[in-house]
Amino acid sequence: MADMTANAPVLEGPSGPKPRRRFSRRNIFLYGTLIVVSMYYLLPLYVMVVTSLKGMPEIRLGNIFSPPMEITYEPWVKAWAEACTGINCDGLSRGFMNSVQILVPSVVLSIAIASVNGYALANWRFKGSEVFFTILIIGAFIPYQTMLYPIVIMLREIGLMGSIWGLVLVHTVFGMPILTLLFRNYFTSIPEELFKAARVDGAGFWGIYLRIMVPMSLPIFVVAMILQVTGIWNDFLFGVIYTKPETYPMTVQLNNIVNSVQGIKEYNVNMAATLLTGLVPLIIYFVSGKLFVRGIAAGAVKG
Amino acid sequence: MNSVEIKNLDLSFGSVKVLQNLNLDIGQGEFIVLLGSSGCGKSTLLNCIAGLLDVTGGQIHINGKNVTWAEPSERGIGMVFQSYALYPQMTVEKNLSFGLRNAKMPKDEIDARVARAAEILQIQPLLNRKPGALSGGQRQRVAIGRALVRDVDVFLFDEPLSNLDAKLRADLRVEIKRLHGQLQNTMIYVTHDQIEAMTLADRIAIMKGGKIMQLGSPHEIYNRPQNLYVADFIGSPSMNFIKGDLSGGTFRAGDMVIPVDGYDFAEGTKREGAAIFGVRPEHIATGDALASAPIRTQVTVDLVEPMGADTLIYSSIAGTPVHIRMDGQAVVRKGDTVEIGINPKDASLFDPDSELRL
Repeated sequence: MADMTANAPVLEGPSGPKPRRRFSRRNIFLYGTLIVVSMYYLLPLYVMVVTSLKGMPEIRLGNIFSPPMEITYEPWVKAWAEACTGINCDGLSRGFMNSVQILVPSVVLSIAIASVNGYALANWRFKGSEVFFTILIIGAFIPYQTMLYPIVIMLREIGLMGSIWGLVLVHTVFGMPILTLLFRNYFTSIPEELFKAARVDGAGFWGIYLRIMVPMSLPIFVVAMILQVTGIWNDFLFGVIYTKPETYPMTVQLNNIVNSVQGIKEYNVNMAATLLTGLVPLIIYFVSGKLFVRGIAAGAVKG
Repeated sequence: MNSVEIKNLDLSFGSVKVLQNLNLDIGQGEFIVLLGSSGCGKSTLLNCIAGLLDVTGGQIHINGKNVTWAEPSERGIGMVFQSYALYPQMTVEKNLSFGLRNAKMPKDEIDARVARAAEILQIQPLLNRKPGALSGGQRQRVAIGRALVRDVDVFLFDEPLSNLDAKLRADLRVEIKRLHGQLQNTMIYVTHDQIEAMTLADRIAIMKGGKIMQLGSPHEIYNRPQNLYVADFIGSPSMNFIKGDLSGGTFRAGDMVIPVDGYDFAEGTKREGAAIFGVRPEHIATGDALASAPIRTQVTVDLVEPMGADTLIYSSIAGTPVHIRMDGQAVVRKGDTVEIGINPKDASLFDPDSELRL
C-alpha cells in the first residue's frame, strides 16, 4: 500500500501558481483606461477648486491649471454669506437653509410612504394590485414638463403654491414610482415564508412591516435615501417653478448668482458657490457609497 | 371529536384548480403525512389549513370550531417551514417569544414557556444567538420551538427536513417522532420523501393533482396500494408492473403463467380480462427464500447494482424489464441466470383501464 503522507517527487515543468507579468498588455490597457477616465472627470473639479482659491487678479492671468500663488478663502465666504441675487445680498446661506427645509421632510415622507407601498404590493396582494403598480410605474416614464402646469393649478387650489410645503408635496409625489418599484422588488426578494411565519405568529400589517421587514431592509433604505437626497437637492426645475425668491432652494439661488448679468463675473465666487451646492450629495456618496452598491446589487440580483 | 376536519375544500388560482372537493378527517393526536410529488397540492392544502391562503370553497374545522375565515394566529396552529423562516434580526429567544409578545402575554408566562420549549428541544445554550450563527439543524429546532411555545393543538410541518443533509435529516426525523410521542399533539406533515412519510406517519395521504389518491396506514399503503399511482409512487426502486391477461384464476403474460390462488381480491372487481400484475423488487424471492414462493422461473441478469445491504438486479420477465432485490451477500454477475420466485399473496393486481386495484 502506498503511504498517503509521503511527499511525491516534484517533476520538471510548471508547479504552483502561474507567474504573471506585471506590465502585461491587459494591465496596461486596464489601468490606462482607468487613468484617462478619472482624469476626464477629475480635471474640471481640480480647475474649480483651484479657481475658487484664487483672487480675481490671478484668474485674469488666464492660467486655469496652475495652482494658486496666494490662497484666499475670500470667494468662499462671499459665496456663502455676501453674494447678491436680486435685492438679497446674504449669499447662498439662505438657499442652503431652504434646501434643508425642503429636503428633510421630502426624503422622510417619500421613503416612508413608498416603503409601505412597496411592502403592500409585495406581500399583501389585493385585487387590482398589479394594475395599480403598472399605473404607478407608467408615471415614471411621463416627462415632468407635461405635468408642470397642472401641478401649478393644483398647488394654487390647495394654497401651497410658492411655499416650501408645496415643493415637499411635489417631491414626495414624484419620488413615488421609482421608490415604490425599488422597495417592492426588495421586499419580494425577502422569503415569503418569513412573512407567513409572522402571520402565524399573530403579527398584523404594521407589526410585520415594522418588526420584520424594516429591520431586514437597511440597505434598500440607504439606497432610497441616497437617491432622494441627491435627486431633491439637485432639483432645479420644480424649485424654480413652485417656489418664490424667499423660498428658493440652493440650486435656484446658485443659478441666480452665476448667471447674474450685472457687474463683473466673479469666477472664483461662482466656483466656490457651485462647490458648496454640490457638497451635500458628494458627502452622502462618500459616507454611504459601500452600502449604496450593496443595496443596488441586492435589489438587482433578486428583484 | 376530530382534531382537524376538511370538508369539500376547493381552491383555485384563477382557472387553475389546485384542490378539488377535498375531504379529510384527522383524529386527535394523530400524525398525518401528506405525501406527493411537487405540484400535487400538498403544501397548498397545508397553507389552507394554516389560513395563509383563502379557500375558494368548503370549510375547515379545527377542534370543532369552524375556522374557515379565521386569521392564522386564531386557529390554534403552529407552523414549521422548510426554509426555517426565522426572523434574522432577532435572537433565538426573541424568535421564540415573538408570537407570544404579539398576543400580549404577561412576561413571566412568556419566559416560562420559552424555557420549557428550550428544554424540550435542548436549545438553552443558543437562546442569545442570532439565527445566522446557528447550524441548519439548530435552526430547524428553533423553528419547531416557535410552534411549541404557542401551546397549540395542531402542528403543521411544511417539508421541514428538506434543507438538511442526509444524516441530520435522519436524526431530526427520529426527534420529531419522539416529540410527537411526548406531546401527543396532532401533527400534519408535508413531504415528498417517502421514507419520512413511512417512518413518521400514523396515516399517509398520498396526493396527486389536488386529490387524495389513498389515505391509510404506512402498512396499508405499502402492501395494499389502491391504485397504480400509489403502487408506483411508494417503494424505491418502484414496483415492477407486468401487463397481461387474467382468466380462470391465472395471470398470463407472454409465456409466463402465474396462478393467482392466494391473492386477496378486492370486493366487486373483475376476475377476467386485461390486468397489470405488480410485484415489488423486494418481494421477488431468491436464494433461501425461494422455498416459500409457489411460482418459480429463471431470469438472466442484465445489470447488477451492489448497494451494500442488498444488491439490485436488472432483468426482464416476459419481455418487461424488472428490478429484483437480492441479499447483499449474494454473488451475481452480469449474464448469470438466477432462479426467482413470486408469491401472489405479496403481489398487486390492477385494472389497466381504471388503474384501480383488483
